[in-house]
Amino acid sequence: MKLWRKPFDFHEQATAPSKVVLNKDRCKGCEYCVVFCPTKALVMSTEMNAKGYLIPVELPDGKCLGCGLCEAICPDFALWIVPLEAAQKGE
Amino acid sequence: MIGTKTLTDNPVDLYLRADRMPHIWCSGCGVGPSVACFVKAIHRTGLDTDKIAIVSGIGCSGRVAGYVKVDSFHTTHGRAIPFATGLALANPELKVVVFSGDGDLAAIGGNHLIHAARRNIDMTVICYNNFNYGMTGGQLGPTTPLEAKSTTSPYGNCDPPFNLPHLVAACGASYVSRWTVIHPRQLEKSMAEALTKPGFTFVEVLGPCPTTYGRMNKLGRGVDELRAYQERCVVSNGVDPRDAEIGLNGPILVGNFVDLSRPTFWDHCVKIFGRAQKK
Ligand code: SF4
Ligand code: SF4
Ligand code: SF4
Repeated sequence: MKLWRKPFDFHEQATAPSKVVLNKDRCKGCEYCVVFCPTKALVMSTEMNAKGYLIPVELPDGKCLGCGLCEAICPDFALWIVPLEAAQKGE
Repeated sequence: MIGTKTLTDNPVDLYLRADRMPHIWCSGCGVGPSVACFVKAIHRTGLDTDKIAIVSGIGCSGRVAGYVKVDSFHTTHGRAIPFATGLALANPELKVVVFSGDGDLAAIGGNHLIHAARRNIDMTVICYNNFNYGMTGGQLGPTTPLEAKSTTSPYGNCDPPFNLPHLVAACGASYVSRWTVIHPRQLEKSMAEALTKPGFTFVEVLGPCPTTYGRMNKLGRGVDELRAYQERCVVSNGVDPRDAEIGLNGPILVGNFVDLSRPTFWDHCVKIFGRAQKK
């Protein structure tokens, strides 16, 4: 993407394609991450966690842009994103 | 962003008592995201966590004190502000934060709220407003909108509610803002501003309560309630908080409303007691 003017807070806002990591035990299946993701990178799965909630799963086509909204609005601190490069290194 | 991201831990866990997770809040409750914004705000300000104290009252959001990994205290109902006032005056180096709910701060603790704002005591008050008493089963509170249903107003509420930003601004607060949990970036920045500003600073956070308020008012699931916030909110920075009343339906004004400088209670103490000591 070509920017005609670099935003002042570019260093804060710049995103990188990311992998979504889920802590299954914390999730309560509220679907916020699935519904509010701007790229629809997540869907609800049919897998249930120990507490009996259906949990979300990332679609395999890697649509996550790393905007961080899902991480910010997850009520249960259950999911976060890791930039793909770092994730592939297995950090 | 907090630290480097790993595949094993959520970055906010650095500031949370992770051993207590999963927390007690309902599926889709808005207290969780406001806590995430709060710890990110602490990180953003670079404050030393050894010099922060969190005080909560009773209620769903009263549990925050137990989940954030800083010195914290869970007080009796409504008494978070007086406890915090003592902390702030005994140790002026401490950054004192009160994180509690609307029922705790504005109903039983309402008197403490207005006087802490009037005296401009050095503290940050974060008020999670879910429009009812969630923990005890969804009773009517002083912030429940007119006509809204609750377990104690099954035909609709007859009491006009408090407009909290207007209330604390009129009492003399130095910083007043209101955001919802669907504005996480603005909320985090606003909390960081409130944390670093001297004097009485107040952030009202609106969020869904699908279990009681949402159920009584047929607002659907948490996602529906959150989407309603997204649609109803109008970002209006700098607007007079007098105009920011919240109705059952219609627009909700959010933004940073008040940001001014006024001598704090401690400034007055230092000046007046210093003069008295010289005599
Ligand atoms: S937002 Fe969090 S708790 Fe809700 S479904 Fe997604 S991961 Fe689970
Ligand atoms: S970071 Fe953004 S794009 Fe990626 S899954 Fe979360 S909400 Fe979707
Ligand atoms: S009752 Fe409402 S405010 Fe309390 S935890 Fe449940 S959803 Fe959250």
